[in-house]
Amino acid sequence: MAVPSKDEEKQITESIREILSRYDKDKGRLIPILQEVQQAFGYLPRIAIQEVASHLRMTDVRVFGVASFYNHFRFIPLGKHPIQMCMGTACHMVGGGLVLEALERTLDIKVGGITEDREFSLDRVACIGCCGLAPVMVIGEKIYPKMSPTKVDEAFVNLKMEAEED
Amino acid sequence: MTFEEIKREALARWEHIEQDGIPVIRVGTATSDRASGALEVVEEFEKELARLNVETKIIQTGSIGFCNYEPMVIISKPDYPRICYNNVTPDMVPRLVEGFLLEDDPCMEFALGTLEGGDGTPPHIPELPRSEHELRLLLRNCGFIDPENIHHYIALGGYNALARSLEMSPDEIVEEVKKSGLRGRGGAGFPTGQKLESCLKARGRPKYVVCNADEGDPGAFMDRVILESDPQAVLEGMIIVAYALNSHKGYIYTRMEYPLAVERLKTAIENAKGLGLLGDNILGSGFSLEIEVFQGAGAFICGESSALMYSIEGKRGFPRVRPPQSIESGLWQKPTQLNNVKTFASIPVVIDQGSEYFSSIGTDTSKGTAVFALAGKVENVGLVEVPMGTTLNTVITEIGGGVKGGKHFKGVQTGGPSGGCLPEQFLDTPIDFDSLKEAGAMMGSGGMIVMDEENCMVDAARFFLDFTVKESCGKCSMCRLGTKQMLSILEDIVRGDGQPEDIEQLVGLGEDIKIGSLCGLGKSAPNPVMTTIRYFREEYEAHILEKRCPALVCRELIAYYIDPEKCYRGCEHCVVVCPSEAITQHPKRFKVVDQTKCIKCGNCLEVCPPEYNAVVKLSPISKVPGQVEK
Repeated sequence: MAVPSKDEEKQITESIREILSRYDKDKGRLIPILQEVQQAFGYLPRIAIQEVASHLRMTDVRVFGVASFYNHFRFIPLGKHPIQMCMGTACHMVGGGLVLEALERTLDIKVGGITEDREFSLDRVACIGCCGLAPVMVIGEKIYPKMSPTKVDEAFVNLKMEAEED
Repeated sequence: MTFEEIKREALARWEHIEQDGIPVIRVGTATSDRASGALEVVEEFEKELARLNVETKIIQTGSIGFCNYEPMVIISKPDYPRICYNNVTPDMVPRLVEGFLLEDDPCMEFALGTLEGGDGTPPHIPELPRSEHELRLLLRNCGFIDPENIHHYIALGGYNALARSLEMSPDEIVEEVKKSGLRGRGGAGFPTGQKLESCLKARGRPKYVVCNADEGDPGAFMDRVILESDPQAVLEGMIIVAYALNSHKGYIYTRMEYPLAVERLKTAIENAKGLGLLGDNILGSGFSLEIEVFQGAGAFICGESSALMYSIEGKRGFPRVRPPQSIESGLWQKPTQLNNVKTFASIPVVIDQGSEYFSSIGTDTSKGTAVFALAGKVENVGLVEVPMGTTLNTVITEIGGGVKGGKHFKGVQTGGPSGGCLPEQFLDTPIDFDSLKEAGAMMGSGGMIVMDEENCMVDAARFFLDFTVKESCGKCSMCRLGTKQMLSILEDIVRGDGQPEDIEQLVGLGEDIKIGSLCGLGKSAPNPVMTTIRYFREEYEAHILEKRCPALVCRELIAYYIDPEKCYRGCEHCVVVCPSEAITQHPKRFKVVDQTKCIKCGNCLEVCPPEYNAVVKLSPISKVPGQVEK
């Protein structure tokens, strides 16, 4: 798991306690709570697991057991531009795997990893239901339809240009 | 307000939209529409209309489900039929505004056809051959109404069924659902009326109603479209069922990979509450119901009903042994009625239009319509809704437009990772729960992927098994270890390390996994492998005995080769895009792929200009001229 500094830890703890203050001490709310924490930080810091466990009167390991079961919960941060490659049937059938490899090559990271400058993280995602536009790649909230290995570079160039405009 | 008053208000607002002389522009902006650029189209319309000072109404609707035609725009102008335009880009907008809205030129060069129906009757585009075969019952409002405006839903007949149900007894409601013959649309096809009756009889209190909106099958997006385009239909179905059961709490377990669906459901719930159709004292009946949207966290197994319920309880999604059935002991060990999105969306149709009408559609044992997400190598990718009993051929050819690019049909996969792949000889199979099962496939929740000669069936089986291995919860040893072993064997086969006894071993393992798994995921995990071995055995044998992939897909068994006769010596396209610098120039100036460096990425094949078509894939690798066999 990523290790924040002491100051960062303090900040994270405060934010998490603010989130938890809005929930009853009801174990049934564990998943929505974890979702809100992940929404706030982009991942589940270790301190979050501890705070949530404490609030719900569960053990850390129980909370971790639930969090690690679900693919959505991450224990390392997302990149500034999180990249997700759809691994649905339709996307696979039209060469989605080749696009994923092209992404790994271009970014020089493997699936599940993050670039050194923390700009990009790369993950697979289960079918997002846009099968008519296969193969589909998602960066942040934007969907990139009909991807191919040769379009990967183009997508990054456009991203860079948009970042410079902002 | 009484329901009559609510309905009157809704109708007045609806009539105001199209009958006040001002044109209406409908643009579909569900998820796939947005990915195609629909929001940019809306923006361009707003700009142009403002610039030219034209009075029009723009309604953002859900998706009609004709994915290959998105972004779709429907323009209603007084004295004209409603005209549908396909693949609209921002560049086309000024022409549409000036031509059709300002003047009287409907720009037929951009038109797909006219839209008929939609005012409470199933909408269709009569100019398209598919309209003859489709019956858009569950999709009746999709792409036509604003999913965030409840008055649209009500104006077109929405909540009539709820108003009627509140005058019926629970037994009468159950009877009507039973008589309709409605069977669960989540994949198993269990008779909904029977499930409801059992839940009604169950003695535990309180009772819960749960909608399974965790559409996890890769390649399936029917539920997503309905949730994004007509969420009230699902809510209405849930409220009616909850009323029959005297349940006061409902959950809609939605995949978090569907953020727009989650948003639209939450808006729909607020809208319904605002009109007294949900929440406390619904329509003055004294019946109260709260519905909560619960987001999944990325676990396919949570589409299994018992795992889903554990997930709502904040636990890991491990399925459990039955009995007890969930209708006796489900969520928090209380009686729980769980149904799929499409099943709930069917309930208002059954109650409002009657069980007789509903059961008049379909076959003897499978009533109503089937909604499919047709994808893969087919011309018209998108949602298809047909009466049960329609053949696969009609769906793929008449509605789907046949195999894309004039290639040859090889197989159709139904039922996702739990389903099977059927070859050409089964194209006349009628689509219903039982006939597909007989053929070795299953209806599943509605994904239908068409494959052509360029798809490898062994690779397809490997793909599905890879998915299942990753998503197995791990509880049952046979599923956890057996699927892994099956995958390992398949990976050997696609890599060229297959052994002759592998096929029998796969069949044996598959049978054991079916017996040794407690839930549907494990029990059906071997299906894609079993059906591909049954119907495409020769492909397995080619991989194993000849190290050849007939479809030219499996990377270790193919080579990319540039034909010196076809290569245009002055062109460098392939050299530029090769990521491993494997392409060099021969002294005679044609290009050559260095097989030791080639990583089989396919870039060269993609960029070679079509007038040369010099790059080909060969299998087995020994076919490459001058290549020595490994």
